[in-house]
Amino acid sequence: MTTVERAAASSAAVGTPVLDVRDLSVSFTTEGGTVSAVDRVNLDLASGEIVGMVGESGCGKSVTAMSIAGLLPDSARVSGSVRLEGTELVGARESVLRRVRGKEIAYIFQEPMTSLNPVLTVGRQIGEVLQVHERMSKRAARARAVELLSLVGIPSAAKRVDNYPHQLSGGMRQRVMIAMAVACGPKVLVADEPTTALDVTVQAGILQVLRDLRDRLGTTILVITHDLGVIADIADRVVVMYAGRVVEQAPVTDLFAHPYHRYTAGLLAASPTPGKHAGTERLQEIPGLVPVLSIQPDACTFADRCPAADARCREAAPPLEAVGTAVTDHLAACWHPCPAPRTQPQETTA
Amino acid sequence: MTPQPNALELEDLVMHFGPVRAVDGITLTIPKGRVTALVGESGSGKSTVGRCVVRLEKPTAGVVRIAGTDVTQLTRRQLRQHRNDVSIVFQDPAGSLDPRMLVGEIVAEPLRLSGKRITRRDREARVAEELGRVGLRAEVARRYPHELSGGQRQRVSIARALISEPKLLIADEPTSALDVSVQASVLNLLADLQRDIGFACLFITHDLSAVEYLADDIAVMYLGQLVEQGPRERIFTRPAHPYTQALLAAAPVADPVRQRQRQPVLLGDDLPSALDPPSGCRFRTRCPLAFDRCAAEVPAQVAFGGGLAACHLVQPDGTRPDVRAAADSSEVLS
Ligand SMILES: Nc1ncnc2c1ncn2[C@@H]1O[C@H](COP(=O)(O)OP(=O)(O)O)[C@@H](O)[C@H]1O
Ligand SMILES: Nc1ncnc2c1ncn2[C@@H]1O[C@H](COP(=O)(O)OP(=O)(O)O)[C@@H](O)[C@H]1O
Ligand code: SF4
Ligand code: SF4
Ligand SMILES: [Mg+2]
Ligand SMILES: [Mg+2]
Repeated sequence: MTTVERAAASSAAVGTPVLDVRDLSVSFTTEGGTVSAVDRVNLDLASGEIVGMVGESGCGKSVTAMSIAGLLPDSARVSGSVRLEGTELVGARESVLRRVRGKEIAYIFQEPMTSLNPVLTVGRQIGEVLQVHERMSKRAARARAVELLSLVGIPSAAKRVDNYPHQLSGGMRQRVMIAMAVACGPKVLVADEPTTALDVTVQAGILQVLRDLRDRLGTTILVITHDLGVIADIADRVVVMYAGRVVEQAPVTDLFAHPYHRYTAGLLAASPTPGKHAGTERLQEIPGLVPVLSIQPDACTFADRCPAADARCREAAPPLEAVGTAVTDHLAACWHPCPAPRTQPQETTA
Repeated sequence: MTPQPNALELEDLVMHFGPVRAVDGITLTIPKGRVTALVGESGSGKSTVGRCVVRLEKPTAGVVRIAGTDVTQLTRRQLRQHRNDVSIVFQDPAGSLDPRMLVGEIVAEPLRLSGKRITRRDREARVAEELGRVGLRAEVARRYPHELSGGQRQRVSIARALISEPKLLIADEPTSALDVSVQASVLNLLADLQRDIGFACLFITHDLSAVEYLADDIAVMYLGQLVEQGPRERIFTRPAHPYTQALLAAAPVADPVRQRQRQPVLLGDDLPSALDPPSGCRFRTRCPLAFDRCAAEVPAQVAFGGGLAACHLVQPDGTRPDVRAAADSSEVLS
């Protein structure tokens, strides 16, 4: 066991609540008026869990994640509650937030190059995090940096530690970002589209690193992606967001076996999957676009794009409720949930 | 000229940027009206191939033949005659559409550049027709690109590319920047147009799953060279080259039960530099099956029933090992 692993092994047992988000709403004041980005989102993360968050771009995934990590710009108006092991973060003092940010909740972005400093070696960058947050000596910080680099699967870490970011491939840079993010042993790691800019061959390795972190350090991970393949690969539980709201939430196999919300079903049908469309010539489309809302309507926000929408959907917002047998914690916010388990998409052409 | 010239023939195409060997000897044929997908990781040289075909780059060596005409050595002026034979659509519609031009002007531009005389009225009618064909209303002609969504902008690029009725369309990652739902509609649109109009297409993508129902044939590129070619069906069901097998194994399937049974084939991240490609087989530094001979000898393209593959382990009768051998039977296609 490395020191990193030993430190983690003593932390919380698997399954205890770590993060609790209640009625989180976020809006922005812009030149063009108010943008309501997140609407009354509830979300729990238990320790050692990998939760996947999925939805098209503009659905509020990053804004939700950034409010958790305290990274929103000043133009954001936030209401509701985000508690990290009982400590309220919404409206918390800057000193509390500073400790939480980076140390207890870490955030990794899609594009590693823009978040790394091009003129410092990766060892220096990781070392600085440790010197600041952990008050380590320069020498100890460097040793730990090497350990962290090998933890995230960088070969010959003792040499790589002296590389500059441009000397590394895109996948290696993303690994460095992860090493930096977990340097202080955060309780929660938010990975916002961590593989979107990478090739599938490289993606597989990054997902493996995230899984290892959970298995070896017990890190709780929120993975944001628009790729259902990534979700299928790594998530224990899935949260589907649409136009600022959580529309469905379920353990991963339940969600794919039976999506209840019409939007989830649409996303699944639209995803190209090798083999799924063999012999058919078309993918299912979801007509229309994610709306940009200034006020949250008392209606289902998917109604304009939904094949099953009726008057009720336009007159009242469906609550997020238990669906199915209720043996599992499967929730959906839909007045007319999809009935039978998913069938293969219909052939529209011969 | 032969009666049915191929839409595209590349013979030993080479494109070096100084020491960067971006494309290093590609031979590829696309018959009239067929779709070939060019797949591979980023940096493998796919876009450079596309740019050589539309002559945004002048190849270092080799031959590019479009609809039977060798365009490799033509001057800019001579090329004008052939401008209408081939069009290109890029990944990023925002970057490839001039923000100061109205959509109508953008779509009509190829007509203007072709130098053919056409009345304004006819031109507007053609633009409206083309917009209709890509599923946009005629009013969109009076808007600016930034007023449109990403999917709509990509439709505008497609309309512009098709207005000159090209025999060949180069589509360079046309859906990679789009959300899945929008990607589905753009892929469907391209498939419909291709079937109705019958243009040939070189569909460039790093995403194998996007080509399954669009491509007739697939060519797999690695560090400037083709490692495998063949009909789509065969590539998906019986990939011959270890790199193709690894690519298929790496793309996650949107089914947690199947996905978690699969055995990952991890290649490590380092796509070697195109400045100094490995000796012998260029894939050897990442190939799980590499052996002594791979460093010493460049593998020849072996023709077998289902196409071509360049690997020492692929036999002329098509037998070959599978790097996914340890994976379960539900692998890729079940
Ligand atoms: N700083 C900001 N100012 C104004 N609007 C914003 C800001 N950040 C995000 N938004 C808006 O909030 C919505 C949700 O954005 P985001 O969370 O980034 O979506 P996702 O990550 O799901 O693609 C979008 O409509 C976006 O334009
Ligand atoms: N104009 C250029 N000058 C120098 N190098 C280039 C140029 N264009 C492409 N390259 C290099 O050629 C290689 C292939 O690039 P590209 O064709 O864009 O690959 P792909 O489209 O497969 O991602 C890369 O190493 C890239 O950096
Ligand atoms: S509530 Fe109505 S509009 Fe919304 S997803 Fe369900 S059926 Fe469709
Ligand atoms: S020639 Fe050798 S290194 Fe290249 S793909 Fe075949 S086995 Fe692998
Ligand atoms: Mg985002
Ligand atoms: Mg490219």
